[in-house]
Amino acid sequence: MSELHTAPVPRRNLELVLLLLALSVGAAAFFLVGSSSDANDNTDFFVQTGILAGLALLMHIMLRIFAKYADPVILPITVALNSLGLAMIHRIDLAKTTDQSMRQLLWTAIAVIIAAVVLWAIRDHRMLRRFTYIALLASIILLLLPMIPGFGVTINGARIWVRLGPFSMQPGELAKITLSIFFAGYLSSNRDLILMAGRKLGPLQLPRLRDMAPMVVAWVLSIGVLVVQRDLGSSILFFGLFIVMIYVATARISWVLIGLLMVAAGGVFAATTMSHVTRRIDVWLNAFSPEIYQARGGSMQIVEGLFGMADGGLFGTGLGEGSPYRVPLANSDMIIASFGEEIGLIGLSAIVLLYMLLISRGLRAALGSRDTFGKLLAAGLSFTLGLQCVVIIGGVSRLIPLTGLATPFMAAGGSSLLANWIIVALLLMISHNSRRPMLGGVGPTDEVATPGAMTTKAVKNV
Amino acid sequence: MNDLVLSLFRLGFLVLIWLLVLSIVGAMRRDLAIGARARTGAPSARALKKNPELAEPEVSTRKAASTLHIVEGPLAGRSIPLQGEPIMFGRAQDATVVLEDDYASGRHARLFPQGSRWFIEDLGSTNGTFVGDSQLTRAQPVEPGQRIRIGKTVLELKA
Repeated sequence: MSELHTAPVPRRNLELVLLLLALSVGAAAFFLVGSSSDANDNTDFFVQTGILAGLALLMHIMLRIFAKYADPVILPITVALNSLGLAMIHRIDLAKTTDQSMRQLLWTAIAVIIAAVVLWAIRDHRMLRRFTYIALLASIILLLLPMIPGFGVTINGARIWVRLGPFSMQPGELAKITLSIFFAGYLSSNRDLILMAGRKLGPLQLPRLRDMAPMVVAWVLSIGVLVVQRDLGSSILFFGLFIVMIYVATARISWVLIGLLMVAAGGVFAATTMSHVTRRIDVWLNAFSPEIYQARGGSMQIVEGLFGMADGGLFGTGLGEGSPYRVPLANSDMIIASFGEEIGLIGLSAIVLLYMLLISRGLRAALGSRDTFGKLLAAGLSFTLGLQCVVIIGGVSRLIPLTGLATPFMAAGGSSLLANWIIVALLLMISHNSRRPMLGGVGPTDEVATPGAMTTKAVKNV
Repeated sequence: MNDLVLSLFRLGFLVLIWLLVLSIVGAMRRDLAIGARARTGAPSARALKKNPELAEPEVSTRKAASTLHIVEGPLAGRSIPLQGEPIMFGRAQDATVVLEDDYASGRHARLFPQGSRWFIEDLGSTNGTFVGDSQLTRAQPVEPGQRIRIGKTVLELKA
């Protein structure tokens, strides 16, 4: 892992300019939704724009204070995606007379405030390394929470929700953060062992069996999520995350091959024996056959989404002028199809590019990070965002079977919004630590990772 | 609202969102540039003047280190030949150099080659690793003659 040197420049003013541009994209989307011929109701325009601008500026000010050298484009991209999502949810609300967008706005506020708190409370991502195994425990608890009778609820066939009074949460969304922290911490401490020990088999260096243990745990975890909670998307996400992190840590292709073989074995098993997976694959392959279209839980959703996008064409029908509300879950799982219909290929490719730019900035933070833990964490978190986009956008466009993962920052749903904003806060923190100047050349003492290590007093290991 | 105006607004929205994408790409162009503008290679004289910390120590006078001497601690007097493989220090039995030292962590630090230099990296130890008097915060190159302290053990590279 090489280190890149860039001149340390804060670039917060650039961020402010881009942020204003991102907010004006959001405001324009709100305005177009409100002034469409059906709705003609712009009463919420100032509320939405004002709250969003306030939140964005809050985050910007937090960055000026606590993470001066953070990457200047991460926040504007996130704000742009979030406000586009809000506008589309509001647009579906107007068509269906539901009230999801206010809820989403409330969750955005909660998510941004928690992201700001994360930025303020953690400051230095290296502190998280101390919680490596606590993070593993937290992930397991978060994944098991929905299984508790009376507490967890089953929605749309997947048991991934918990109900807390009026709120329902998807704790698995937060598990992707804690799992990234665990993998990053574990692999940064054990990388050498995994690298050096083991037999050689031709060009592949096979890992020792006991170094495989965490990989087996990850595999069991993801298959368990699939079997017990019937949540294919999260299962793919968790296992993909682990394979990528181990590859980033060791650069050994053998791990990737072993991982892919395990996925293939699990996938074939799931596809042949588990009814909900079999149905998903059937819906994907034969989406246009009439009986599958008309079947309950059939391909109606995905096919209507495709028709919508086809109707949108290159320029789209215009925000508020199409009929994306015909598609079930048009404001969450299928929000990409709604955008495809209303802003066309031109607008949708801009959205996809925004995601790509966001992920590339996350990977750039990983590249510049000065410590292994930070590299792995930033790579893992950005990959989490990337894999979510691939799985859901690929599913909506029928490239792969559609599974219910949330489109980051856009889909209606509080837990996903919260988790993704925390990911952004962590990426901003890592990019700040990787870009800020190192005073006095090498190894200055004021750069100490944690307050605990600041004391020179030695602690005896017993 | 007038339909024509609204259509223009819709077109304007697409322009605006692409403007955002393009300005973000523009803001990143310093990172994307490969060649003269990229800062990954040797920094230019002007960049050095602005940011002295980018300066690399003179390469030509340095000779590659070949052995690692243990100067102080339970294993004092021993020396280990450096053969281009990373070396792990710690109390754990699987460490390359097993330290019988209560002040060392199980997997304490790691010495690894990169290019012609050796780097030392702390693996999240409790008491830290020191080069000279300063505690390690990231992987850092070690020159022959610099003292590396891990718990009660002091190490030195010899050319």
